[in-house]
Amino acid sequence: MKLAAGRIKKPAYGAIILLWMIAPLFIGKYWTDVLNNVAIYALLGLSLNIILGYGGMFHMGHAAFYAVGAYTTAIINTAWGVPVLWLMPAAGLAAGLFALVVARPIIHLRGDYLLIVTIGMVEIVRIALINNVFGITGGANGIFGIDSPSVFGFQINGIVAPAHYFYLVTAFLAITIVLFYLLENSRFGRALKFLCSDEVAAEGSGINTAGYKLAAFVIGAVWAGMTGTLYASKMGFISPESFSFWESVVMFMIVILGGSGNIAGVLLGAALIIGLPEIFQGLQQYRLLIFGLALMIMMIFRPQGILPPKPRSYPIDKLEKNEVSL
Amino acid sequence: MSLLQVDNLTKRFGGLLAVDNVSFAVPEGAVFGLIGPNGAGKTTVFNLITGNYEPNDGSVSFDNRDITARPTHWIVSAGIARTFQTIRLFANMAVIENVLAGCHCRLRSGPVASMLRLPRQHKEERQALAKSMAELEFVGLLDQADNLARNLSYGNQRLLEIARALASDPKLIILDEPAGGMNELETAALVSLIARIQARGITVLLIEHDMSLVMKACEQLVVLEYGKKIAGGPPAEIKKNPLVIEAYLGSDDEDF
Amino acid sequence: MEQFFTQLTNGLAVGGIYALIALGYTMVYGVLKLINFAHGDLFTIGAYLGLTLLTSLALTDHIGGLAGVLLLAVMAMGLVGIIGILLDRAAYKPLRTSPRLSAVVSALGASIVLSNTVMLVYGPSTRVYPQGLLPSQVFYIFGLPVPVMRFVILAASIVLMIGLYVFIQRTKIGTAIRAAAIDQDAARLMGINVDRVIMLVFFIGPALGGAAGVMVGLYYGQITFTMGWTYGLKAFTAAILGGIGNIPGAMVGGLLLGVIEALGATYISMAWKDAIAFFVLILILIVRPTGLLGERVAEKI
Repeated sequence: MKLAAGRIKKPAYGAIILLWMIAPLFIGKYWTDVLNNVAIYALLGLSLNIILGYGGMFHMGHAAFYAVGAYTTAIINTAWGVPVLWLMPAAGLAAGLFALVVARPIIHLRGDYLLIVTIGMVEIVRIALINNVFGITGGANGIFGIDSPSVFGFQINGIVAPAHYFYLVTAFLAITIVLFYLLENSRFGRALKFLCSDEVAAEGSGINTAGYKLAAFVIGAVWAGMTGTLYASKMGFISPESFSFWESVVMFMIVILGGSGNIAGVLLGAALIIGLPEIFQGLQQYRLLIFGLALMIMMIFRPQGILPPKPRSYPIDKLEKNEVSL
Repeated sequence: MSLLQVDNLTKRFGGLLAVDNVSFAVPEGAVFGLIGPNGAGKTTVFNLITGNYEPNDGSVSFDNRDITARPTHWIVSAGIARTFQTIRLFANMAVIENVLAGCHCRLRSGPVASMLRLPRQHKEERQALAKSMAELEFVGLLDQADNLARNLSYGNQRLLEIARALASDPKLIILDEPAGGMNELETAALVSLIARIQARGITVLLIEHDMSLVMKACEQLVVLEYGKKIAGGPPAEIKKNPLVIEAYLGSDDEDF
Repeated sequence: MEQFFTQLTNGLAVGGIYALIALGYTMVYGVLKLINFAHGDLFTIGAYLGLTLLTSLALTDHIGGLAGVLLLAVMAMGLVGIIGILLDRAAYKPLRTSPRLSAVVSALGASIVLSNTVMLVYGPSTRVYPQGLLPSQVFYIFGLPVPVMRFVILAASIVLMIGLYVFIQRTKIGTAIRAAAIDQDAARLMGINVDRVIMLVFFIGPALGGAAGVMVGLYYGQITFTMGWTYGLKAFTAAILGGIGNIPGAMVGGLLLGVIEALGATYISMAWKDAIAFFVLILILIVRPTGLLGERVAEKI
């Protein structure tokens, strides 16, 4: 049984990747745009997964980092005309620095307190954006006229030609998945999972838990910030509305419902939470009600999510006999 | 010469004086025991040494360095590893992964090296894995490497905690009731394991209620009662000390 | 001076409302160590049920303004209390033995469900409370004007808080609640029906929240289905400020936060009014996570 499941897993993943890659050829503009949104939220979910999934920190203010990235992109691009894709590192850096500053004092807070404080953080950021802080965020109206991305001189307009944008965001998603997979299966990912499992034991085993928590926040924020660049350049304008507390809840649900700590689970979560409401358009007004119920029911029957991570296994049979000695 | 030196250590919890002006020195290479009736403050002393608690007064020095109230992970890197009285394993992870946690502070690869899968990182991981397997072999859990930690028997979970502590290459290992929940056979094996740890040149500091184990394994003892040190010396002397006898008779003489 | 006094009384009135909501958070946290994220939405439901009762039963026409409002508030409290018990049954009871964070996620889900149910039933637009139910006169203290409304709101919340305090401190059931808050297992061994205590806590807390909802309707005259979120977060801040789990702390924290917010909005910046509570919250959690009246406890290792 187990063997059979293992044997179909690889072809199944292959088929899904292939379908994803060719989908824009067959579906219209509208549905391609839905896929673009799924990809953006998948990126946000994966970045939150580092903090929430591996690190086990109940962070519900991820939209704040996303906002910092998007606004950094919008401000620099509209002021000095720097090409948007060049601004991805800047956006990531800004969000990462922001995370470093705000996460440092709150990192030691226990689960539910951390949740509340991060909600407070994202609300303060939103209010700051509305109040046109430093006179550069454009207030409640936001910022207009952000350039489309261009790759080797080829303009990618996310609104007019969603299929072009699709391949851009898919490329970034693919890179992210590979990098995060390697990160998960490394000393770094292991340390996060240790501290998530038992913080006292992790610290007592020699892991700098505060440092790793902060690092998780920063890496998650950097990625959310870079995703902010993609979002801003796709829409052409951004406003505080797009980074409300509700956005944070959506990212949180993607991780928790999909499978906290599992990349495939987060991807599935993004597809379900962003994609399903589009399919059931008639039920639009019940969407949130259903999400809420789903959260409650999941916690009772499957608190680890639809696709929870499996315990990691190690290639111990590949070790030579003479390597194993004190 | 002493590896660990505890001077006038004091810890209060609200109105309770949990540790009261306790001093002792653990010589390098020794097996050293900390005993006393329940609630005497033994585990609190351990938590003060390992930086889990900050003392109200007094100091801890290790290897001629002051380590008072340093962060726990820093103290582990400095060479003090510990096990916990209530077992604290990473229950849903493989046995081998639990041991790798101990290796952590001896490895260097950061997130960037991992994301780029540098050869150095790859090699380091392989060495850590081999080292962890060797520690499992040392405590006798090699055949359980793939099993999940929560599936181990109670006694084996205690051994796994020891393997995890050893994997950090400590100079001093602190064992908090290592025989707790073990049967006689397992306890006897533990005595020889402690001797083998000592033979590796690692100093051992332990809390234990099983007096036969303490008498067999330890070269030196310190006795605590109500947070105060009431006696110290080799087991044979401690056994005859009237203060100690009274402390134990006053609570539970069964242990003695 | 007059402005200061106006804002002070305004802050106290709003603070009384925060305090009433905060009591619900603090009581549930005290017994279950759970942040009931849906509590703010129970407050919203109180406001909406109050409106329905007010318009459909026309109470105030039959028995006069103040008495009608009083009766209305009691009915709304009872109904919201029952909803509170049902909420516990559906969202929290199945998770008593699960990790705490599962219950937090479930609470979040419940909050979404409740606020969207209100939206589906009453519609997404702002609803207006009938005017003129409470006296709109202004009276003068030392020559400074205070609307009677503020006084009534503050007095009502103080009466409810004192009532709760006496109930918790002086009655046998109150003692059972305090015992369960300290150690559930020990309380159970002493013959206290802890399940009953939890049920009671999930009745009283939401009932007080429901009362606060009616007060907001009367005070501001309009209610929206999303207001539970803001009020809930602010009341939670108040509970933390006073030390969560601590009943007098919630009262002090509520009044304090109301005043801080009113004065901050006037003297610092109106546009940042809503952010003030969050700044206070973050600051207090960083500096003194156990609140002003709470005490520090070391983690057992």
